[in-house]
Formats: sequence, C-alpha cells, structure tokens
Amino acid sequence: MLAEQTTELDVLLEEYENAERDQLIPILQAVQERFGYLSREAMVAVGRRLDLPVSKVYGVATFYNQFRFQPLGKVHCQVCRGTACHVKGSQGVLDALRTTLKVEPGQTTRDGLFSIEVVACIGACGLAPVVAVNGEFHASMTPDKTRKVLKQYGKAESK
Amino acid sequence: MSTESGGGRVQERRGLSPADVRALLDGHGAAEVPERAARLALLRRDQVERPTIFVGAGTCGLGAGAGKTLTAVRAYLEQHTLAADVVEVGCIGICSAEPLVDVQLPGRTRVAFSQVTADLVDTLLDELLARRAPSGNILGQFRPVTDGAAVWEDVPFLDEHPFFAPQTRWVLANCGNIDPQSIDEYLARDGYQSLARVLREHTPAELCDEVERSGLRGRGGGGFPTGRKWKFALQTPAEQKYLVCNADEGDPGAFMDRAVIEGDPHRLVEGMAIAAYAIGASKAYVYIRAEYPLAIRNLKVALAQAQSYGLLGQNILGSGFSLEIKIKQGAGAFVCGEETALIHSIEGKRGMPRPRPPFPAVSGLFGKPTVINNVETLANLPVVVQRGPEAFAAVGSGSSKGTKVFALSGKVLRTGLIEVAMGMPLRQVIFEIGGGIPGGKAFKAVQMGGPSGGCVPGQHLDIEIDYESLKSVGAMMGSGGMVVMDEDNCMVDVAKFFMDFIQRESCGKCIPCREGTKQMLDILQRITRAHRHESGNEALARFRGVMTMERLAQVIQDTSLCGLGQTAPSPVLSTLRWFREEYEAHVFERRCPAGVCKELLTYRIEETKCKGCTICGKVCPTGAIKGALRSPHYIVQEECIACGACSEACRLDAVIVE
Repeated sequence: MLAEQTTELDVLLEEYENAERDQLIPILQAVQERFGYLSREAMVAVGRRLDLPVSKVYGVATFYNQFRFQPLGKVHCQVCRGTACHVKGSQGVLDALRTTLKVEPGQTTRDGLFSIEVVACIGACGLAPVVAVNGEFHASMTPDKTRKVLKQYGKAESK
Repeated sequence: MSTESGGGRVQERRGLSPADVRALLDGHGAAEVPERAARLALLRRDQVERPTIFVGAGTCGLGAGAGKTLTAVRAYLEQHTLAADVVEVGCIGICSAEPLVDVQLPGRTRVAFSQVTADLVDTLLDELLARRAPSGNILGQFRPVTDGAAVWEDVPFLDEHPFFAPQTRWVLANCGNIDPQSIDEYLARDGYQSLARVLREHTPAELCDEVERSGLRGRGGGGFPTGRKWKFALQTPAEQKYLVCNADEGDPGAFMDRAVIEGDPHRLVEGMAIAAYAIGASKAYVYIRAEYPLAIRNLKVALAQAQSYGLLGQNILGSGFSLEIKIKQGAGAFVCGEETALIHSIEGKRGMPRPRPPFPAVSGLFGKPTVINNVETLANLPVVVQRGPEAFAAVGSGSSKGTKVFALSGKVLRTGLIEVAMGMPLRQVIFEIGGGIPGGKAFKAVQMGGPSGGCVPGQHLDIEIDYESLKSVGAMMGSGGMVVMDEDNCMVDVAKFFMDFIQRESCGKCIPCREGTKQMLDILQRITRAHRHESGNEALARFRGVMTMERLAQVIQDTSLCGLGQTAPSPVLSTLRWFREEYEAHVFERRCPAGVCKELLTYRIEETKCKGCTICGKVCPTGAIKGALRSPHYIVQEECIACGACSEACRLDAVIVE
C-alpha cells in the first residue's frame, strides 16, 4: 500500500468516530468497497479504531465470504455456483475459467488482469448458468462462450 | 419520482398531497372524493394520459439485457421527441421471457411483450405509437378495471397465460406492476392501509391473536407459527425490543426475497411496521445480502419515503408507536440465516450459532427480546390484515395456510418466480406453470428446500405442496427454491454439490457438522472417482464409506448444534432413498448412468466416423490420442484423464462417451 492510500484509509475511518463493535462488519465492507480488498495495514487500522485485537478483526473477516485479501483483477469474473446454475452445467464454465486463466477462485492472475470469484447465488436463476464480469451479466454460459468472453475482455484491456 | 419523460420535456406527475395521504389512511373512506379518486386512478394507471413504457429492470431483467433495452427506449423517444413516461418496474416473475417491456397507450390496456432485446425496441414502438394493433412476441394484456381502458382485440389476457393462470398472487401482487421507488403508487393500491388499521383498531396482543388465527407460518424454512413466536416476545418485559427481517437469502436457488424487495419494497416496510407494533419493538433491522445492490438501493429509497410521509419514525400516524428501521448488509455466510448466527453477525461477530434456549424471543440481539422473520413472512402481513384472518386461513391446505412463493428454475421451459396457494399439486406447478421439461427429456426429480431439503422423485409428483407433505417425502419447504432436474442430471453429483456447499459453509463450531460433512463429502468423492486414480487402500476405503454413510448421516442429524448441521445430510439421504440404483451403478458398476461424473466416463473414437483430422490429438492434454493423419485415431485408455476436450473439439462426433 502506498502512503497516499494510507491517508485515504484514515479519512475513511474518521467517519466511524466512537464506533462500537457492531460497526465492525460495515467498516470492513466500506474499506473493501474503497480499496477492492482488505490489506494488512487496513486490518490493523480497523482494529485500532475499534479498540479490538487484530486477531478478532481477522477472525471476523476470514469468516465471511465477501472479504478478500488480494486486490481484484481489472476484469473480475464472478461465477455463480447456485443449484440452478450447477444443474445446467456451471462446473464446466468454472473449469473453463480456471484452465484458461490458470488461477484458482479467489486469486488474481499475475498480470493483475483477471480474477475469479465463486459466488453462492447471484439470484438470477432463470438465466442459468450465469457469469458476471465486472458486474455485467452473461447468461446461459457454456465453456466455449466463457472463453470467448475472456478473449473479448482481454483484448479490450490490452488496448 | 423515477418516472421521466422522453423528448426532454419534463412534466411533473401529480403525486399525492399530505392531505390525500391522511384521507387514505384515516379509514373514513375519504378517498372517494372525485378529484382524489381521479388522482389515485392515475397512480394506479387505470388510465394513462401519455404513452407509458414499463421495463422490467430487476436483477434478472438486467441480466437478460433490460439495461440495453431501456437505453434503446429512451433513445427512441429522444429521437422522435415524444412525450412518454418510462417506468422501471421490478420483476413480474417470468424470468425466461425477459427482457420484458409493457406498453400502455392512453385509453388502452397495458400490454406485456416478452424478450424485447434492444434491437426490437424500434419496431415495437413504431407499431404501437402509430396505434396499430400490437404484434410480435406478446405475453398478454392486463385486465382492465371497470370503466377503465379499452381492451385490445385478439390479444390474450395476461391472467389467462398458463404461467399466470394457476397462481394466487398476494405477496407478488405489485411486483412488476408498480414503480418500486414510488410510495404514491403503493398507497394508491391500498398500501399502508393495513398498518393504519392495525394502529387504529388493535392492541398488540389482539394483533398477535389475529395472526395466529390466520395460521401464517414462517416462510423462511421451518414453518413456525408466526403469531406464537410474537407472543413469546410480547410477553417478555424489556425496555427495548428488536424486530429483525431476515433477507439473507442463502439458499443457492431461491430469489424471492430479492424480487420482493426490488419490486415492492414498501410491502416489506409495511409488514415490518406491523410486526414491530405487535411485539412492541421500536427498533428494527433488515439483514440483507450485500450481493443484492439493487434491492438495497430500492429499500433505502422506500425507507426514506416512508419516513417523510410519517409512516416511520416518531409517533406514527399519531398512535404513539415509534419505529426506526436500519439496514445491515450481510457479508455472505449461509449459516447467518440461522437466527442466533444472524444476531451474532449484526453484533459484529463471526456468525456462529449458539445453543437455544434462551430463544431470541426472550434474549436475542444485544441480550434483548428479538423476533426474526423472513421477508416473505413479513410481506404476507398486509395481506393477513387486509383480508382478515379467516379469509387468509380459507386458502391453503391442512395446517399450511395462505400462499407460498417459489423460485422455479433448472430444467423447465418457463423459469421464474411464482406464487401459488398452498396445497397445489407439484405436478401442476412443474408441468402447467413451468411448462414441463424442455427438449422432450424425461423428468427425474425436483429439488426443494435447498441444502437443507431433498429431492422429490417422479412417483411423488402428485403430492400437494405444504410443509407436512414435503417432509413426508424427505424434502422440505425451505425458503421455496424449486430446482427441476431431468434425465441428464446425476443424483450422486447433485448430492455431492450440496455436500460441498454445506461443508464450505459450515461455521466449524460443532464437531459433528464440521468433521461429519467433510467425511460425507469425501465418501461421495470416492464414489465418483475412477479406479485408475485410486492408490493403496482407497478402494477399500470407498466401500467402507458406502457402508457407514447412512450411520454417519444419522449421527450428524442427531448431534449437530444448529439447523444447518441437523439438516446437512438431507440431500444425500433423500437421493439415496429415491435413487438408490444410481448410487449402486456408481459403486458397483463404476459408471454414471446420466453421464455427468466425468471420471467414470470412458472415451473412445468411432473408427467409421473419424477422418483423421488430428484436432483431437492436438487438444488432448495428456497426449493419449494416437493416430496418423487421415487415418482413424484411437485413445490409449491408461493415459486418458477423461477431460472431454476431444469430444468438444471433434466436429464429426466421432468421440463416443460411455
């Protein structure tokens, strides 16, 4: 993390003056919203702000699926693994992503371009299987379609 | 107001004045004043003054491309400088027909069109605005009110469409019809009148009695009588009580909470206010998944509007009852649907359940009496009050009263969100509303109740849907996910999928659930692993696992701390009960009848079809495919890892999968 970001973090935490323990999750969500992930420095700062041991902050952050400890890729692929998507073949879609990008869910490619995330259910079961890329939905995916989508985004990013 | 005009000429739509709102809610029928009635009719859109275009812009609609459709509609109006209203509505429920666009012309009924992608917008609007009869992919027209708009000839009514005809839409009455960001439209459709009546006419104890008499049971899964739960909290003296709305829809395959909050958030706000009054809570929380940004946005708007109309906050409608509602975003943990875990999560801790008693109704959030109700339960309350407990209890079957919303998905023709009276046969839901299985495939099972539920096989399709009948066949109501599977789905794979989910989502506090589910998953994985990948005593371990699986499931059920663990083995037990032969094919014959479990498949090349183009050899990751150019290839079985790359690559369908 750069020094400049640290001050931003301080500004963000300023808003939570006199926050209680029940504000922990909202604060972590705000930090992740702002920086894309939870850095080590951020965790320590949050612990200090709430007067909590950092171990407790880590304990909470690692419990919930929403929190990540690596920066997102420029192209963030969320694969829905809900029941309806599974029944319609989302495993193959996920495998296509893994083999094409050569990273596992929760990780980011070394060039920082792509990251994969598995989500429990996006709530668009009527369109299964679904992949959301940077928030844009792609419906009725197949392994082939997935590879094509990745190519498109890869091209757009490298321009 | 999210209504806007095309052509850049903004015209203020007439909303309701504070006097209107007071008159609507004081119960003296003052809404009958002619000019007020006219305003309400406009808000209800019995008639429109200008062409109005509705676009279904829920999450599912946007996923299907409604965003681009909206842009196209606005561009069209801009280009033709037309004065028309564009309204973003929620989801009417028929997801497979999205993006949905409805058009209503002055003096005419509203017509719904299905699959209106951005490229079809121009044609559709050209035809309609030229006042020609609608054509194209019409879903149906809305039923006009008495002396309302004129009916289009030769256009079927929406409520006669096979998807809608068998439904009883109480909770979803407004979803997809009204602008979710307009409190006036909700008020015009009798919104908040139930709350006003309750505050005027009932004591909290009377209200609890009414709800108990209506037979309303929790719609989140277990089905505990709502009125009885409230009474526990009402009878516990405390200076502060809490109401929590559980909108942390964790079941991967249910999305009714999202649809209700996106499409009709005021119904939830009203339901929460009624419930909070019943138990004497002055503070309420909505615990909602962070994955539902659109629902959160609409709910925030609804809360702000209700506050400004005096329907939330201090001394609501002069009754002396005050309520503050806060939104808490969940951070993605399935176990947080369990009430004690949810409480811990709101308190900022790891969402782990604790033993009960004390029940939350006695000691819950911050140690105070707390009632936790699901979104759908709360959304039912305005209906219960409006219709009266007897009329509510008249619909349904046995001890399950009212309606239930289901998220119908998987291998059916028409997927979406439906609401039917309790007691409807399952077959009618799948084959009439859902339109049956696409591609002429055979029905195999329907999974109900998510990870805590089970599968209902074909021979039990005629059961009437209610809490008890589903339990008797080893499934459960749950939140209402309904995933249909056909002959191409492997039940062992489905069981493995749920076990994998539960094992990942187990909070780890109690050993039976943490270790037991891991063992269950291991057993299932061994069953679906090919012999060539086994080493040492794994074959023995596989058989030992199969022998002890049912016993293990029993122990997990009996000894887990919370509902997640207690019901964790259900998907496995139910598939084992109804589809034993599939397990046996996996265990004894080492094959997967449905052709899903990749490792158990063998690939070979049909010599008569193969032209020797060498594509398959190039894509094979292990070089298991041998053969010369222009002569038939063959697969060396010892080297094949059954990845399926060759069958995907082959253009001549020469790769046979067995």
